[in-house]
Amino acid sequence: MSSQGLIKSSIGRKLWMALTGLFLVLFLVVHLAGNLQLIYGTQEGFNEYSQFMTTFPLIKITSYLLYASILLHAVDGFMLARSNRAARPVRYAMNKPGENSSWASRSMALLGTITLVFLIIHMKSFWYVMHFGNIPMDANGMKDLYSITIAAFENPLYSLLYVICMIALGFHLSHGIQSAFQTLGLNHPGYTPGIKKFGSIFAWLMSGLFALIPIWIYLT
Amino acid sequence: MAVLDSKTPAGPIDKKWTQHKNDINVVNPANKRLIDVIVVGTGLAGASAAATLAELGYKVKAFCYQDSPRRAHSIAAQGGINAAKNYQGDNDSTYRLFYDTVKGGDYRSRESNVYRLAEVSANIIDQCVAQGVPFAREYGGLLDNRSFGGVLVSRTFYAKGQTGQQLLLGAYSAMNRQIGMGRIEQFNRHEMLDVVVVDGKARGIIARDLVSGKIERHGAHAVLICSGGYGNVFFLSTNAMGSNVTAAWKIHKRGAYFANPCYTQIHPTCIPRSGEHQSKLTLMSESLRNDGRIWVPAKKEDAEAIRTGKLKPTDLKEEDRDYYLERRYPSFGNLVPRDVASRAAKERCDAGFGVNKTGEAVYLDFDAAITRYGHEKALVDGIHDASEQKIRELGEAVIESKYGNLFQMYEKIVDQNPYKTPMMIYPAVHYTMGGVWVDYNLMTTIPGCYALGEANFSDHGANRLGASALMQGLADGYFVIPYTIGDYLGDEIRTGPIPTDSPEFDAAEKEVTGQLNKLLGIQGKHSVDHFHKRLGKVMWDKVGMARNAKGLNEAIEEIKQIRKEFWEDVRIPGSSNELNPELEKAGRVADFLELGELFARDALERNESCGGHFREESQTEEGEALRDDKNFSYVAAWEYTGEPSKAILHKEELEFKDIELKQRSYK
Amino acid sequence: MDLNLKVWRQKNATEKGALKDYAIKEVSPDSSFLEMLDLLNDQLIESGEDPVAFDHDCREGICGSCSLYVNGEAHGPSRAITTCQLHMRSFKDGDTIYIEPFRAKAFPVIKDLVVDRSSFDRIQQAGGFISVNTSGNTQDANALPIPKADADKAFDAATCIGCGACVATCKNASAMLFVSAKVSQFSLLPQGKVEAKSRALNMVHQMDLEGFGNCTNTGACEVECPKGISLENIARLNREFLGATITEG
Repeated sequence: MSSQGLIKSSIGRKLWMALTGLFLVLFLVVHLAGNLQLIYGTQEGFNEYSQFMTTFPLIKITSYLLYASILLHAVDGFMLARSNRAARPVRYAMNKPGENSSWASRSMALLGTITLVFLIIHMKSFWYVMHFGNIPMDANGMKDLYSITIAAFENPLYSLLYVICMIALGFHLSHGIQSAFQTLGLNHPGYTPGIKKFGSIFAWLMSGLFALIPIWIYLT
Repeated sequence: MAVLDSKTPAGPIDKKWTQHKNDINVVNPANKRLIDVIVVGTGLAGASAAATLAELGYKVKAFCYQDSPRRAHSIAAQGGINAAKNYQGDNDSTYRLFYDTVKGGDYRSRESNVYRLAEVSANIIDQCVAQGVPFAREYGGLLDNRSFGGVLVSRTFYAKGQTGQQLLLGAYSAMNRQIGMGRIEQFNRHEMLDVVVVDGKARGIIARDLVSGKIERHGAHAVLICSGGYGNVFFLSTNAMGSNVTAAWKIHKRGAYFANPCYTQIHPTCIPRSGEHQSKLTLMSESLRNDGRIWVPAKKEDAEAIRTGKLKPTDLKEEDRDYYLERRYPSFGNLVPRDVASRAAKERCDAGFGVNKTGEAVYLDFDAAITRYGHEKALVDGIHDASEQKIRELGEAVIESKYGNLFQMYEKIVDQNPYKTPMMIYPAVHYTMGGVWVDYNLMTTIPGCYALGEANFSDHGANRLGASALMQGLADGYFVIPYTIGDYLGDEIRTGPIPTDSPEFDAAEKEVTGQLNKLLGIQGKHSVDHFHKRLGKVMWDKVGMARNAKGLNEAIEEIKQIRKEFWEDVRIPGSSNELNPELEKAGRVADFLELGELFARDALERNESCGGHFREESQTEEGEALRDDKNFSYVAAWEYTGEPSKAILHKEELEFKDIELKQRSYK
Repeated sequence: MDLNLKVWRQKNATEKGALKDYAIKEVSPDSSFLEMLDLLNDQLIESGEDPVAFDHDCREGICGSCSLYVNGEAHGPSRAITTCQLHMRSFKDGDTIYIEPFRAKAFPVIKDLVVDRSSFDRIQQAGGFISVNTSGNTQDANALPIPKADADKAFDAATCIGCGACVATCKNASAMLFVSAKVSQFSLLPQGKVEAKSRALNMVHQMDLEGFGNCTNTGACEVECPKGISLENIARLNREFLGATITEG
């Protein structure tokens, strides 16, 4: 039953949520590092970076892993949420969950869905355009993703959407990171408080910096 | 008519059990699979018996009224379990545990049974550790012990204040293993409503499925009654709300003698009653008496002022307090046995010195202990000029580490901070030493019907020592019945499955259904609790801590009257084919109303004071209990003949060959 | 004090239930929550109505029978207690109190506030034990020293009373705290290590079969648990289960 256990059992299914989640967090770090070039870098540098990220074979392979992770995280999350809902067919007339748990921890499915919708829009705007779209070239003959990005964020509604979604991501990660550690069985009275603190600082730092980019572009 | 033969084996006391085991029948494993055993009740005795019998290969059916075997009231035992392990090297031994138990029981128990209990006690601890019971340990990793209940050695094993819970969960886990293998069929939310006797042998039970209301027939080659005690006859007790005498009483009515019903343990350290709304009493572990000093105001006017709220206990000076246990019993002080402490509290409160609104409470004061521990701790911490406040702070921390959970429980119930103001306590009904009469094999006077644990009468005499109830329940279930039942079942291997369509089953079921319908048909004016409370009041006032002939005679008449009114005027809503808690209660109270009368009769008959039974007519000049060994050194076993007032008394004379009879003294 | 109660009434497992209003007067603030329900039932019986069915037994917070969702929280607003230890002084005169059964697919309602928690028993039967015969012929209890810290932790996990507040509270109706408490108790003790792997696998398998939800680590269970069972146990169960899944076969 062991192979079944990793796929069918509730703990096994959560293991995949944790592993894919942490992997996606790692990706966010790399992605943020690159994107911050929009603030401190140059047009050429950013485009060169974009070119590299879409063509270098190792990155390409990793990106397939990334797509798979996103898909697995979303599908698995959806299935878990569905079985969670089914586990309580009759709801309470009076419930005060705020007395015992944080809003973020109870809203992971909602926050995850917002993040997913954002991801689709985001990929449509940039990833799709970069890979399959008709894209102008810059002075060095590289695809000019930089200009496309700047143009997109000059639209205030688009930037606002981006910021709101980053807030959702912040909440999602603030619970998600510590939750992944717990699911992996990594709980220790000495370290867990630190992990929780790190999780939330990390979450808000990441989402804050991501949100800063459109704001910065919009304002300058 | 059954003969009272205790079947005590011959030979020296320390060889009896071994010799007996050698002499009795053993059923071969293949034949065990052909034999059905019913276990009623899943507390320590029932769960351990069910698990062990199933392991041996018998087909077991276990019944409990709760929604899971794990909820049986053994779970509420706090303090610990005794065993003669002598791990502390303080000269404990099987003999010493045997001696303490017989003496503690005021020389009213059967020597051979008690010796066997002491003999198997050590095995219980081995067994429980093997099945993962998390007993308290010392830093070296070995098991910790504490002393308990006024004995001279440290032989009590414990798991914080939840020993009963941990032991029951251990037995429950052993049961679960067997249920998982299909060897025990577990019936939760089922209540046994009668035993079926065929050709003089117990052959099954009638049970009601409490959810559907369906009446079921279950046949078996033996029936084990492990249904606990009957303290709820007093309405208010430390027993669980559902604890009842029904299973024991039904077998009594079918031929099992009921022994020493009047032996009741009233525990001295319970939280006092606060008002009419109260449904049950809460016990505070006896261990509190190790550090608490018990007192009442020395002057009546102070007691009155406290009752009306004009005076606070902390306002009273030392010389205005009466530490009555220390005054009366200088050598044992606050650590006198339970029965003595309880009676002394009642005496003070009856004399008008009681302290809470109801006048039925005394103080248990930790002030001296807090100061004493505070000083010690200050010295240990190297603080030599500690302020009074610092000392209190340190002392309270020590007390908290010892009794924190009890203090917290007290504060939740009473809404007073026991670190700052003395606790209030009052005695409450806690345990019943009396029960179904059994022989050395734990068989009742119905062949094939056994009684184990608190449900039987055998080991505690007239008073039980602290931490001995858990020991007895597990000893009976794990180590006694698995052997002794073979002696009877050895002759049953050719019987075959017990048919449940016999005329005896028909008749028993008809009777059960008849009683249920009768109860539902009354449709009177008052709820079941109304009658239960009235019964409890009579029991407490006249058959409680101190009894006299006049009161007992009145009680007998009053109980009869309440019983009559109950059967004319009780109101039970709903029907019998659904979950109907009122109907369940009604059946139980109907049995209490019969037992209560027999209880009072037994107390009247026993014109001596012994253990928990105090007859005002039999006391020393100083008001201490006075035993009468010449006339009352027997077990009173009552035979049912139609109604409690017509019960016939049989006597099993008690012989003390290995222990000299002495008047207990704790002065 | 006078109170307005909104109590879940449901005739049996198959019929639909609904909240019903009751006004109750002159409740003593010293009475416990269940004694308040006793009073209500007394009044209902005297007026010829069907009393409210609810589970209860020891009334001192240890048997785990009582199981009410009071004003939106398992065992009511106070911490570290069961409903039977909740006292009316926690409420104010004129309060409205919602009283609902513990809700989960794996805890179907039997009647009114009584639910069927036998799913918990079945999980225990799947592996919540150490396979040792009860003959008593094991080794001497002190032949196996156990570090005090492990013994204490095992004890803390073992204090679970099986009331189901964790399931009732969890937004996913997950039973992980309950299962993890038993798995932890045994996996912390040398006696229990022998079967640790199969125990974790079997108990989780049964838990999943019973229809409980999945743990999303909200931590609500730990807060509402009357015995304060720690989330550390859930992490330990995750470790035990994942380790067993990977190594067993």
